[in-house]
Amino acid sequence: MALVASCLLSLSFVLPAMAAGGPVCADGASPSPTMFAPRSIPAQKILDVSWFVWGICGLIFLVMAVLILWCIIKYRQDPDDDTEAPQVYGSNPIELAWTIIPTVIVFILFLVSARTIFEIDHTSPPPGSLEITVVGHQWWWEFDYPEQGFVTANELHVPLTRDGKSVPIYLTLESNDVIHSFWVPQLAGKTDVVPNRLNHLWLQPTMTGTYVGQCAEYCGTQHANMLITVVVHEEDDFHEWVTNQRMDAVDDAGVTEGRNLFLQTSCINCHRVRGTIANGTFAPDLTHLMSRSVIGAGVVANTPENLSTWVFDPQMIKPGCRMPSMKLSPEEVKEVVSYLLTLK
Amino acid sequence: MSATPTSPATPLLSPPEAMSQAMDSGKCGMLCLICSEITFFGTLLAVYLFYIGKDPAGTPTPSEVLEVSAAPMKVVFNSFFLLTSSIWITLAVRSLRKGAMGAFAFWWLLTILFGAEFLVGTGLEWYGMIAEQGLTIRTNLFGSGFYTVVGFHAAHVTIGLFLLSLVFVLTLLGFMHKRHAEKIELLSWYWHFVDGIWIAVFTIVYIIGR
Amino acid sequence: MTTLQQPGHGNGSGYLRAPFLSRLHEWIATADHKKLGVMYVSTGLIFFLIGGLEATMMRWQLAVPGNTVLSPEDFNRLFTMHGTTMVFLVGMPILLGVANYFVPLQIGARDLAFPRLNAFGFWLFLFGGLLLYFSYFGAQGLYGMGSAPDVGWFAYAPLTERTYSRGHSTDYWILGLLVSSFGSIATGINLITTILTMRCRGMTLMKMPLLVWLMLIDAILIMIAMPPLAAAQVMLLFDRLMGAHFFDPQGGGSAVLWQNLFWFFGHPEVYILILPAFAYVSEIIPVFCRKVIFGYPLMVAATVSIGFISLGVWVHHMFALGLSPMVNTIFMGSTFLIAIPTGIKMFNWVGTMFGGKIRFATPMLFSTGFLAMFLIGGLTGVMLATVPFDWQVSDSYFVVGHFHYVLFGGLVFAIFAAIYYWFPKVTGRMLSESLGKCQFWLLFIGFNLTFGPMHVSGMLGMPRRIYTYHADRGWELWNMLSSIGVLIQIAGVLFFIWNVIRSLRSGRKAGADPWDAWTLEWSTTSPPPEYNFEEEPVVHSRRPLWDKKHPEDPDWKYE
Repeated sequence: MALVASCLLSLSFVLPAMAAGGPVCADGASPSPTMFAPRSIPAQKILDVSWFVWGICGLIFLVMAVLILWCIIKYRQDPDDDTEAPQVYGSNPIELAWTIIPTVIVFILFLVSARTIFEIDHTSPPPGSLEITVVGHQWWWEFDYPEQGFVTANELHVPLTRDGKSVPIYLTLESNDVIHSFWVPQLAGKTDVVPNRLNHLWLQPTMTGTYVGQCAEYCGTQHANMLITVVVHEEDDFHEWVTNQRMDAVDDAGVTEGRNLFLQTSCINCHRVRGTIANGTFAPDLTHLMSRSVIGAGVVANTPENLSTWVFDPQMIKPGCRMPSMKLSPEEVKEVVSYLLTLK
Repeated sequence: MSATPTSPATPLLSPPEAMSQAMDSGKCGMLCLICSEITFFGTLLAVYLFYIGKDPAGTPTPSEVLEVSAAPMKVVFNSFFLLTSSIWITLAVRSLRKGAMGAFAFWWLLTILFGAEFLVGTGLEWYGMIAEQGLTIRTNLFGSGFYTVVGFHAAHVTIGLFLLSLVFVLTLLGFMHKRHAEKIELLSWYWHFVDGIWIAVFTIVYIIGR
Repeated sequence: MTTLQQPGHGNGSGYLRAPFLSRLHEWIATADHKKLGVMYVSTGLIFFLIGGLEATMMRWQLAVPGNTVLSPEDFNRLFTMHGTTMVFLVGMPILLGVANYFVPLQIGARDLAFPRLNAFGFWLFLFGGLLLYFSYFGAQGLYGMGSAPDVGWFAYAPLTERTYSRGHSTDYWILGLLVSSFGSIATGINLITTILTMRCRGMTLMKMPLLVWLMLIDAILIMIAMPPLAAAQVMLLFDRLMGAHFFDPQGGGSAVLWQNLFWFFGHPEVYILILPAFAYVSEIIPVFCRKVIFGYPLMVAATVSIGFISLGVWVHHMFALGLSPMVNTIFMGSTFLIAIPTGIKMFNWVGTMFGGKIRFATPMLFSTGFLAMFLIGGLTGVMLATVPFDWQVSDSYFVVGHFHYVLFGGLVFAIFAAIYYWFPKVTGRMLSESLGKCQFWLLFIGFNLTFGPMHVSGMLGMPRRIYTYHADRGWELWNMLSSIGVLIQIAGVLFFIWNVIRSLRSGRKAGADPWDAWTLEWSTTSPPPEYNFEEEPVVHSRRPLWDKKHPEDPDWKYE
């Protein structure tokens, strides 16, 4: 019995460590948003201090588990023995020792962690940083690039370097409605996105790739599908992306009907397509919809089929989301989607 | 199992006799109740303090609405009545201890009247604010905080007055007796607590918050 | 005293059982601390089954990615109700129930200080709980929204404001908890008063059994921490029903303030829930190790300091909120501080086992399980207190794993230990040891299988409270393991139910003192008569029955 117990005990604690060895792709992106594959300076700092904490707590666990097991095995009552054990009421030196030792341990933990807190938590932007504003909405993300002068949604694009040097990314977090939390484990710890409050988060990617994360504070019905994609580009690719994002929407003569249909329905009350009269701000900016790989804040991939279903009735894909079905006929859906597909 | 409880051979420590009932249950219970009430009001007041000066909606501001005046039926005047009622209730309890039922009834009635004056005064103040100044609980943060804090205090005064009146009626009917002094004292503790909270409310709402 | 006596039926008639209606009336109208204790614990256990059912449905939904067993709304209601139920309708009543039953017995009193207030507290709790569950039927509001609350058990504003939570579900959440927490405050005050003023002769504060000490601190925490919750909930209710602006960002209200108020209650609440677990094992471990508790004064000191410090650590639930680094550092420090007295308690329990003669009866098995599981929960707690690590895993499944190790592995295991230990006293019959052991092992294995992997999925980036997840995130295995674990736990709980039913009908007769224990409750019959003790006991030490059984070497010589 003791053996089973010990196996279970150690297993339950070794499991987490196994997570560290999870698969990681060569290009830096991991299939899993794991904190054990940091690709950004703050995430790396967090992992460093986490290993330290793991080490200390693991050690304490081992010592205690061995003590408990030792007692279980050694001091089991002999069935024939019905005498009482020797009564020991306490021991001042021993009790003093196990008051002082934990105190010393937590003091060390405190010092180490405090240093990391002050290293990571920037209350003002680090010099030379790229500033982006993140606005949380029920249940999607708005990314505002004030320097570059455009707004996009759900996919955050950042450069690895600027002028050849590593560039800090300084996010300002705001909420439009309830509390959300911005969490991309490979890039940084989470920071809450709170209405009436400006929060900040520092990232500094060390490797290109696509990193995933999601809202980490329960924010209502579709909290589960409020996903984040962060794409870290080489400098040139980032500029290319920025150049495209800054342009107004293309005006393809081949889809005039779909375009008119789009502009005549209430789509434009919530969505913006720059260069048209669609100027809404309650929902994601669609100017460059097709430059994004996902729709519905990551609920499905951005394919023509998914887009058609979404335009027909978003509730089929993301039940509870704020976008209602526009009650378009299948033909109208086709027209609108063909227009949307040109928004590259 | 038939052994009778054995006492120690030598009464070395003899603690049983030394054990005294440090406190009467009623007193202890009332103190606990007051403690928990204090944390309740403490929370409300902390929130009020937190929101002082943070009102985005602006008018009406506390200084526009709250009138710290000693004129009859104004807040300082009312506070005077509430706070002095604590003196009368102490005198009442003292009389009851001595068995002086007439004096007890007199001081007790005085306490009720002074408390009632406070309640009426608060009501008039609220009437002025709501009907004339147009400040309600939904107007702005100040309104929310003010009516909640002062309202909860007034609710406690109301409960206190109800209990005091009950005792007064029982006194008139001749059910009160010297032996009830301990219990009546507990009620007076509650009344002192309501007064004490008013000092905190007054300081925060009418002085700091203005 | 060889035959079981059934004292307390003063009518002297020959009937063994009164008619059903009069028995029902007796229970409903009772102000007896033992009957109320039994009612508290039984109601708590029924809510435990309901809360467990809710958890099972959630694990069913999460077993595979993209599952559609539950709609998002239903899932959100389930985790809200699960959390609220387990904290307020399972943990609270069971701890108050056990205290109700055994505090008076252990201090040699005949009842609590205010028996009718005690009954009032129970009925408030029960109606509060029923009000909360009535929301499933009665909360239908505007626009077809409604049904049960879906805002999470800590109900962060402004999600709870009218704008985002239409209908009346959140109102039910507020009112149900307000009502039941008034009951808890009343019973807390009752316990404090009882412990401070009604101890039998000879029982100075430092001769009280540890259970009594822990429940004293626990009741003080209830008295201090629950009114702020009531105040916060009242303000939220004013926001929702009267249009006040306390937590409404548009009107200048603060979302951060709600979190501060909630956790100022919420963190002491965690200790309110775990201190009773400490209390039960502090009673059980010495008896089954045949040894006096190691370092009683230090245990008391640790309890008191836990009570104090627990009032000053609440911000560690808000490390990701973007507070200043200084605030985070300070509260990290205070949280580390609370690890010290908690560690002392662990050491003292192990110190009690060390050199003992341990009998692994079911209560001791569960207590040992408690030690191991609480050790893990405590250590992950220390890790979570480390702000940088918390930035990663706060609000993730790591946290879910952590607090289940504390509240399930800790509290629930200790509750089962307590039930196996005191069931004979309450009913006069023993629970079956073999069924008990089956239950323990199923629960232990199932529990670790469910909650161990949650630490992993959390560190792999899985946030809590999501109703579904994508298949490409590396979380499938861990979620599947968690869901399988639930099945094993269900088997364990079924063993428990069967054990209770069977033992109530045909369990072995217990006698007054089946475990050869040392505190006063074992000196009276099982079940105790209505008046508890025929004559008021007099104690000379912390273990009055030890003194009686070993007159040659009594405790009071050493204390």
